[in-house]
Amino acid sequence: MNLVLDIALLALMGIVAIAIIRLRDLVAVTMLASIYSLLAATMFVILDAADVAFTEAAVGAGISTVLMLAALNLTGFTEKAPLRSAFVPVLIVIATGLVLGYGMMDLPRYGDPSAPIHLHVAPKYLQDTGPEIGIPNVVTAVLASYRGYDTLGETTVIFTAGLGVTLLLSGRRRRRATPESSS
Amino acid sequence: MSLLGIVNYWVFVALMMLGFYALIARGHLVKKLVGLSVFQASVFLFYISLGKVDGGEPAILVDDPTTIYSNPLPHVLILTAIVVGVATLAVGLALAVRIREAYGTMEEDEITEMDRTA
Repeated sequence: MNLVLDIALLALMGIVAIAIIRLRDLVAVTMLASIYSLLAATMFVILDAADVAFTEAAVGAGISTVLMLAALNLTGFTEKAPLRSAFVPVLIVIATGLVLGYGMMDLPRYGDPSAPIHLHVAPKYLQDTGPEIGIPNVVTAVLASYRGYDTLGETTVIFTAGLGVTLLLSGRRRRRATPESSS
Repeated sequence: MSLLGIVNYWVFVALMMLGFYALIARGHLVKKLVGLSVFQASVFLFYISLGKVDGGEPAILVDDPTTIYSNPLPHVLILTAIVVGVATLAVGLALAVRIREAYGTMEEDEITEMDRTA
């Protein structure tokens, strides 16, 4: 069952990604990007990452789409046909893909319980979260308690990004009010 | 599921490369950012799939001691990465809006051309 879902989802994601590259109507591209995120979120559920699936569905499929539509609303909705030849990018992409694929040959097989990643650190969190933190969700316990300072750092990043966006866009209204000075 | 073996990883690489292609080959700035998002989502999928254990359950503790849990640590890292990803996307879009204001276009080729002739 999981195998069928896995293949179907990955195939759909491939189709959506190709459509994103080919389409030039950017509203359609934004919607497809949202669908791509939603498919990724479904894939996360299959991969046992419920928390990640929630976040991807809310942030990747939700907030990102809103941000992109807002930006398109300010800048226009269509992309011009590409002038350059796609030969060099295709070459770079294929070469990078082959190198990454070759690098992955040595990875432990998918779902292998004896992979090194499952033997260190993770068992400690799975054993100790119950007695030490007292909540059943290990991901939340690690995120908010064991690695709470990292999450604080993350909110600093978000704050900085928000500050950057505000500073970048705050001049807009003033410039539009005095168009002769900007020209 | 183990039948898939390493093929799963290769599919993630292929998806990643599709996003990479949109990022480097297309000229429109918003299209590039969409490509970056596709790239990111594929990296996240790859990372999470490394934490999957055959027959595992999501890492939410239950009373049954025989339950196998998938590795929660990649999940924690990717949660952070998703949120940081949307923050960088927001900054990128804001920059694109400013570039459009200054140059009157979102196409990379035209912007480079204007920079060259200026």
